[in-house]
Amino acid sequence: MIFDLANPSQLMQAFGPDLLLMAGAMALMLWAAWRPESHEHQRAVGQASLVLIAATIGLTLWFSTRGLQSTLGVIAVDNFRWATDLVCLLGAFGAIALGMEYNVRERIMPAESHVLVLFATAGMMVLAAARDLMLVFLGIELMSVAIYVLAGLNRRSAKSAEGSLKYFLLGAFASAFLLYGIALIYGATGSTNMVEIGLRVVGGNFSQHPMMLVGTGLLLVGFGFKIAAAPFHMWAPDVYEGAPTPITAFMATAVKAAAFATFLRVWIEALGGMGDAWFSPVWWLAAVAMFVGNTVALSQRNLKRLLAYSSIAHSGYLLVAVATGTLAGSAAFLFYLVAYTLASFGAFAVVITVGRAGDTNNELVDYEGLWQVRPGLAIAMAVFMLSLMGFPIFGGVGFFGKWYLLMAAIEAPRPLTALAVVLVLTSVVSAGYYLNVVRVMFMKPRPEGAETPAQAGALTRGVVFVAVAAILVLGVIPSRAIGWSRASVPRAPQMQAAVVDAPR
Amino acid sequence: MLVESLALSAVLFTIGVVGVLTRRNAIIIFMCVELMLNAVNLTFVALSKVYGATGQVFVVFTMTVAAAEAAVGLAIIIAIFRHQRTVNLSNINLLKG
Repeated sequence: MIFDLANPSQLMQAFGPDLLLMAGAMALMLWAAWRPESHEHQRAVGQASLVLIAATIGLTLWFSTRGLQSTLGVIAVDNFRWATDLVCLLGAFGAIALGMEYNVRERIMPAESHVLVLFATAGMMVLAAARDLMLVFLGIELMSVAIYVLAGLNRRSAKSAEGSLKYFLLGAFASAFLLYGIALIYGATGSTNMVEIGLRVVGGNFSQHPMMLVGTGLLLVGFGFKIAAAPFHMWAPDVYEGAPTPITAFMATAVKAAAFATFLRVWIEALGGMGDAWFSPVWWLAAVAMFVGNTVALSQRNLKRLLAYSSIAHSGYLLVAVATGTLAGSAAFLFYLVAYTLASFGAFAVVITVGRAGDTNNELVDYEGLWQVRPGLAIAMAVFMLSLMGFPIFGGVGFFGKWYLLMAAIEAPRPLTALAVVLVLTSVVSAGYYLNVVRVMFMKPRPEGAETPAQAGALTRGVVFVAVAAILVLGVIPSRAIGWSRASVPRAPQMQAAVVDAPR
Repeated sequence: MLVESLALSAVLFTIGVVGVLTRRNAIIIFMCVELMLNAVNLTFVALSKVYGATGQVFVVFTMTVAAAEAAVGLAIIIAIFRHQRTVNLSNINLLKG
C-alpha cells in the first residue's frame, strides 16, 4: 500500500503507531495525576505503560510487515523508521520495567515518571519518522524536554538536580545550534524536506555555498551534543551519574539511538550529495570520540561514569558507520545499535541490582568478589562487558557488530582504513576497563563485612535475563538480524526519488 | 533588507553563544539560549520573504517549543536552588571527573 501524505486521513494512518502511543500517553497522564501519590499507584501506572508500549510494538511490527510506502511528504514510511521505532520502544519498555522497582527503593513516588518516558518515546518515534527538518526539531525537543525532567526526577538528590540542570542548559544550547543549522540549510536550498534538499544538493553546486556549509557545520555540532560524541560530550558523564539509573539506561540507549537514526537519515537523504564537505569533520568527530571515550574511561572508578564514557566511545564507533555514507554502512549501523542497546541496557540493570537506596554502591570496589556472593549477576555483567568490548563468542552479538562495522569501513568507496585502525586500537584500549570490571568481580576476594546485594525484583531480573539471552542467541545466529538490518537502510536521494515517482 | 536581517540575526546568535560560554549564572545562561532561539526566528522570518510561508510556520513552532522549554527550565532552576541556595554554576559542582 502507498500512503498519499497530502491526504490528511492517509497521513494519520501512516502515523498510526506514533498516534497510538501519544493518545495512550495522554490518557495515562490524566490517570497518573488523578490519584494521590503512592507506590501502588506508581506501579499501576507503570504496568499500564508497559501494556501500552507492548501494544505499540505490536502495531509497529504489523506495519513493518505490510511493505508500506508513501509519497514524498513530511514523514517517511520505510523499514528504517520501523527498525528505529522498535529499538526505542524496547528501550522504553526496559526503562519503565526497571523504574517500577527502582522508584520503590528510592522512594520516588510520582506516577508521572513513567508517562514522561512515554512522551520521550513519542518524541523518538517522531524523530524516526521525520523526513522534514521541522519535524526533526519538534521530535528532538519533545524527546529532550521530557528527558530534562526525568533526569531530575529524584527531588531529594542534589546530584540529580545538578545533572538535570547541566543537561537542560547544554541541551537547550545544542538545540539552538541545530535550529540555526536548519534555518541556514533552508535559506540555502529553499526547502525543509530532506528528500527535496537532497535532490537540490545533487543538482546544484552546494559544496562551496557558504550558507550551506555553515548550516551543515551547525547541524553537526547540534547532533554531536545530542549523541554525546567528543568533543561535545562534557555533559554526558555528569548527567548519567546524577540521573536515576533506569533513566540513565534510557538516555544511553533509546535517546542515543533516536538521535543517531535522525542524524543518519539527515546525512544520507538530505546531505548525501555533499559528502566532500562533511567527510573530514565526521571522520575527525568519530576518531576523537573513540579516543577520548576509551582513554578517559580507563581512570573511572564509578560504574555509571565508566558506562557514560563507554557510551561516548560507542558514539565514535557508530560515527564510523555514518562516515562511510554507504548502504552497507547503514546496515552495520543498525546492527551495531541493536548490539549496543542490549549490552548497555543490561549493564545498567546490573548496576541497579548491585546499588543501594540513595543511589550508592556504584563504585568499582562494590563489585569486588561479586562472583562469590551473586554468581549469576557476575556472569551477566561479564557478558555485557565482553559484548560492549566486542569479544568473540562470550561477548555474543557485540563481536559481530564491530566486525560488520569494520567491513563497512574498509569496503566503502572512500576506504576508511585509517579510521578502521583507530577503531581496532581504541577497542584494544577499551579492554583495559571492560576486562578490569570482570577481573574485579571474579578474581578479587569479597571484602570483609561487605553486604550481599539484595535480590532484585522480578522485572529487573527479567531485563537482565532477556538482555543476556538476546546477546548470546544473536551472537550464535547473527544472520537473521543482519538480513533484517540490510533490509532496513535509508536510501540516498536519487533512489528515493525513483521509488517515489514510480507509482504516480 | 534580506542580507541585513540575516547579518543581524547572525550577530544576535553570536552574542547568545558568547553569553552562554562566559556567564556563570544559570538564569542568564538560559536567557542567552533564548536570545539564540530568537535570532534563529529572525532568520526564518527574513527567509520567508524569499521562500514563502514555511519560515513563518517554523517560527510559531519554535516559539511554542521555547515556551515549553522555559517552563521546564525554570522549574529545574528552582529545584537546584532548593538544594544549593544558589544558581551560580561555579558553586554547583557535586559531579566531576
